[in-house]
Amino acid sequence: MDKTVNQKAWFLVLPVFLVVAFSAVLPLMTVVNYSMQDTFGNNQFFWNGVGWFKELLDPSTDLGGRFLASLGRNLFFSMVILAIEVPLGIVVALSMPRQGWTVAACLVILALPLLIPWNVVGTIWQIFGRPDIGLMGYVLNAAGIDYNYVSNDIDAWVTVIVMDVWHWTSLVALLCYAGLKSIPEAYYQAAQIDGASRWAVFKAIQLPKMNRVLLIAVLLRFMDSFMIYTEPFVVTGGGPGNSTTFVSIELVKIALGQFDLGKAAALSLVYNLIILIVCWIFYTVMTNAGAERKHQEGAA
Amino acid sequence: MHSIPGRRLIMGLFLIFLLLPIYWLVNMSFKTNAEIVSTMTLWPHAPTLQHYKRIFTDESWYSGYINSLEYVVLNTIISISVALPAAYAFSRYRFLGDKHLFFWLLSNRMAPAAVYALPFFNLYSAIGLFDTPWAVALAHCIFNVPLAVWILEGFVSGVPREIDETAFLDGYSFPRFFIKILVPLIASGIGVAAFFCFMFSWVELLLARTLTSVSAKPIAAIMTRTVSAAGMDWGLLAAAGVLTIIPGALVIWFVRNYIASGFALGRV
Repeated sequence: MDKTVNQKAWFLVLPVFLVVAFSAVLPLMTVVNYSMQDTFGNNQFFWNGVGWFKELLDPSTDLGGRFLASLGRNLFFSMVILAIEVPLGIVVALSMPRQGWTVAACLVILALPLLIPWNVVGTIWQIFGRPDIGLMGYVLNAAGIDYNYVSNDIDAWVTVIVMDVWHWTSLVALLCYAGLKSIPEAYYQAAQIDGASRWAVFKAIQLPKMNRVLLIAVLLRFMDSFMIYTEPFVVTGGGPGNSTTFVSIELVKIALGQFDLGKAAALSLVYNLIILIVCWIFYTVMTNAGAERKHQEGAA
Repeated sequence: MHSIPGRRLIMGLFLIFLLLPIYWLVNMSFKTNAEIVSTMTLWPHAPTLQHYKRIFTDESWYSGYINSLEYVVLNTIISISVALPAAYAFSRYRFLGDKHLFFWLLSNRMAPAAVYALPFFNLYSAIGLFDTPWAVALAHCIFNVPLAVWILEGFVSGVPREIDETAFLDGYSFPRFFIKILVPLIASGIGVAAFFCFMFSWVELLLARTLTSVSAKPIAAIMTRTVSAAGMDWGLLAAAGVLTIIPGALVIWFVRNYIASGFALGRV
């Protein structure tokens, strides 16, 4: 089914364009404007050219040091949670019951963490992890492990990572489950006749069928973890020290804490550019996959 | 579908891992603060409703829920109503710049909220919407409108094009066709899109907190001030948290098969 060319369709898209442009283009223009200027308060601005950007990418300056350190922490965080959540999500998806009411029950419980406000996710783990009143902190300390996410860097990191695994592994699992469900039963029967092992079935049938959803899952998780703000902010406030200060937290500190508009704007633009590149990969993957699916449906 | 050995055990352990922290929050919300601080109890030994009572009677608390609901509902209505015609256009027609527009929408869905916090603050202060539900509702459009367009486009594409053609042959005007025929046909899709707009606006804190100060303050921001002279009011914080989980928990059953699709922008 081919789409017809109709330029009047723009009228249908216009409302969306206006609403999003109002919320996206206007603010972004302000950001670009700020990023080239310096201010000493009183709404007096001075032209600063690309000065902020130079500083941002130079680790010897205060701004550059903070940005690159938080960027490094953030990338490390994203890699760790991807390394945990993707395999765990696949295992959970493969462990889903086959039929009956338990399928619905599992789906509902899996989806629950995804629908909790992000600051409440933080609150939940703040309470759960505290050594004095939280179950996890209390049990760990009772077991002889000195655990305190408020004062110890490593404990803070572990808490933030476990929290993210708790919050988002379900998404990977649900996506993989959607991919697995689309595999026709005939494939498995054929594998059985061939005497394929469990591992061979996974490698030859299930993994290739999950390819597309896994890519979507990895990109979504990368982008969301790269923009993480609320949950670590509530639990650790970016501390102890700066140990869990991710890029968004650093940005909000500079922008709304110190009102350093120029620096914040320059950081915003670089940050946005990174996201945009990942986004473009995501878009290409999704549209290609969509075209492929239509092609397959057309053939069938 | 073929599963792996020991799947019941794995699933069971994972579900316990998911539920335990939530149980702890619920547990705390029914305890007195004295019990929370003094002893470690696995269930409330002296169950109390005092924290919930406080939230429902103290205006500074329950108004937070009303404020949050106000901007969330406003946002959902705006998002769905502008996204519907656009979804139809993307599904049925090709036009100049359609692919670029689609990508531009996606890139806004993915933009970090922290980047927009400050410019939004300036923008909405300048036009006098600061600290109103409208400011937050419009700000949340940046990620909810693209989401709604993507999800609805999938559902509109599921409606056979012959239906449009028949309707136009029968003399339906475009608006009449849209409201009388298309909208009822994709009602479930509108429900799913509305659910996700509601949810993503409900869970967002950074923009909602930045764009409000007093009169439109969302519950998420109010929760941050449970520190009093007597120390943290943990029970109250837990009760407020439990109440924010309820809207999601109520509708989760109806959308359970769409969760993955909604997070993947309707592309799964």
